[in-house]
Amino acid sequence: MSRRYSPFLLALALACGTAARAAELRPPPGASSCTGCHAQGAAMGALEGRSEAEIVAALAAFRSGERPATIMNRIARGFDADESRAIAAWFAARGSH
Amino acid sequence: MRAMPHGPTRRALLGGAAAATLACPALGGTRPRVVVVGAGFGGATAARWLAAGGVDTTLVEASPNYVACPRSNEVVAGLRGIEAQTLGYDALGRAGLTFVHGTARAVDAGARRVSLGDGTALPYDRLILSPGIDLRFDAVPGYDAAAAEAMPHAWKAGAQTVLLARQLAAMPEGGTVVLSAPANPYRCPPGPYERASLIAHFLKARKPRAKLILLDAKDTFSKQKLFEAAWARLYRDVLEVVPLAGGGQVSEVDPAAMVVRTDFAEIKADVACIIPPQRAGRIAAQAGCADRSGWCPIDPVSFESRLVPGIHVIGDAAIAGAMPKSAFSANAQGKVCAQAVIDLLAGREPETPRLINTCYSLVAPDDGISIAGVFRPTDGQLADVPGAGGISPLDAPDAVRRQEAAYGESWYRTITREVFG
Ligand SMILES: Cc1cc2nc3c(=O)[nH]c(=O)nc-3n(C[C@H](O)[C@H](O)[C@H](O)COP(=O)(O)OP(=O)(O)OC[C@H]3O[C@@H](n4cnc5c(N)ncnc54)[C@H](O)[C@@H]3O)c2cc1C
Repeated sequence: MSRRYSPFLLALALACGTAARAAELRPPPGASSCTGCHAQGAAMGALEGRSEAEIVAALAAFRSGERPATIMNRIARGFDADESRAIAAWFAARGSH
Repeated sequence: MRAMPHGPTRRALLGGAAAATLACPALGGTRPRVVVVGAGFGGATAARWLAAGGVDTTLVEASPNYVACPRSNEVVAGLRGIEAQTLGYDALGRAGLTFVHGTARAVDAGARRVSLGDGTALPYDRLILSPGIDLRFDAVPGYDAAAAEAMPHAWKAGAQTVLLARQLAAMPEGGTVVLSAPANPYRCPPGPYERASLIAHFLKARKPRAKLILLDAKDTFSKQKLFEAAWARLYRDVLEVVPLAGGGQVSEVDPAAMVVRTDFAEIKADVACIIPPQRAGRIAAQAGCADRSGWCPIDPVSFESRLVPGIHVIGDAAIAGAMPKSAFSANAQGKVCAQAVIDLLAGREPETPRLINTCYSLVAPDDGISIAGVFRPTDGQLADVPGAGGISPLDAPDAVRRQEAAYGESWYRTITREVFG
């Protein structure tokens, strides 16, 4: 889990029952798996801090086969456009903390 | 028991949150406590996520350090040192959680308490078990813990891995190596075939007249087409594969005579690597979470045990439907399970998750292949998302194979840093 992401906010939101805020901080389905490969300094590159539009476009291009890939074409096909957008937004927001 | 005190980082980070929690009536005035057993890929991941979410987290681990299995087949084949697999627990002790060196001996699910070898009792609101596997020393006649000293399994990385590497290095020219793969399910489905590939590579380079016999207790296996194509291309003269249908099931071993028997043959081996059937780590059964198969049925949304409420099981020990028993899966499950636990403790319903797995294997040092999958709960099981996942293309050019080999190494560095770093 990213150290830049504010665990304090999550804890606070959880603690005080502001369910909406805590739910906002929850990763959307699939997102928490990505950091097994994607990190600063890795060959696969970090996702935090990339713009939502960039991640959405990359996933769409992997999904359609337009962008050459070793493995991301196989993974991107597991997420539709809305699911991809949610993942992209989450990583974009993590980078801004 | 030796507990590392919470460091200043934790106080700086979570002090305010803890205070807020205390003031929060919904949580009954105290922060909920979660105990995690096993600081491997699953447990250490879950514990970090919980601690970062402000949960009072205690992580219990029996071993003084962690020796990682992924890439340990390269150690077996003399391509890598065991140091590259050996990871400390110091960073986890500073991750805002209480790290306890000790062995969980018993779980009292009624009283919600874990007791350790030294008698310490750890109360919990929720418990996560990620104990990995136990090797079944009652499954292959003749193959018990003592036999593993002569015929290593090397399926838990560490001394066994080093032993097998030494035996291979010391083997006479023209010797015979036997490698046996178990029936499903077991830890790391492509692992035995990666091991066969890298041992064949080693023999071809260092012991050209030697031979490897792969005895398999099944007829189909992970990334089969890719492995078989590589074997035909690279190891035709070194490797002989005997599938179940050809009599590949090991019926008995005699470690003193270094003999491996099947229903049809008796093989005298110079080196024998026997990978026996496995089950969930003992504490899972002790806690009542394992079924007759020896593995643990779980709810695919929260990873809560189907047998014991309040206990969640992740990683190799769990029956995770279509998800393979891999470090990548254990890491992905650790995060999803920890988030579900946070949600449940806060009285919220966990969201239906989606999980990814990717497993890289080497067929030769610079020649990598992969399998990927995306999974979601379907009819009470984790099932493949249709249309996603699959194996590397059979006709991938060399450059892509080299790239996949490099990605495999990069994945190892990234995941070990995320979990243990
Ligand atoms: C040769 C080989 C190659 C592999 N290659 C890959 C690969 O390339 N990619 C991949 O994704 N996976 C790979 N794997 C699989 C991977 O190693 C496992 O799937 C992964 O380790 C499972 O994680 P876990 O948390 O379930 O268990 P483990 O990582 O085994 O962790 C369990 C931990 O719990 C501790 N423990 C158990 N019981 C207790 C107790 N009662 N009290 C305290 N502590 C306890 C143990 O000491 C251990 O540290 C490979 C495996 C092998 C054997």
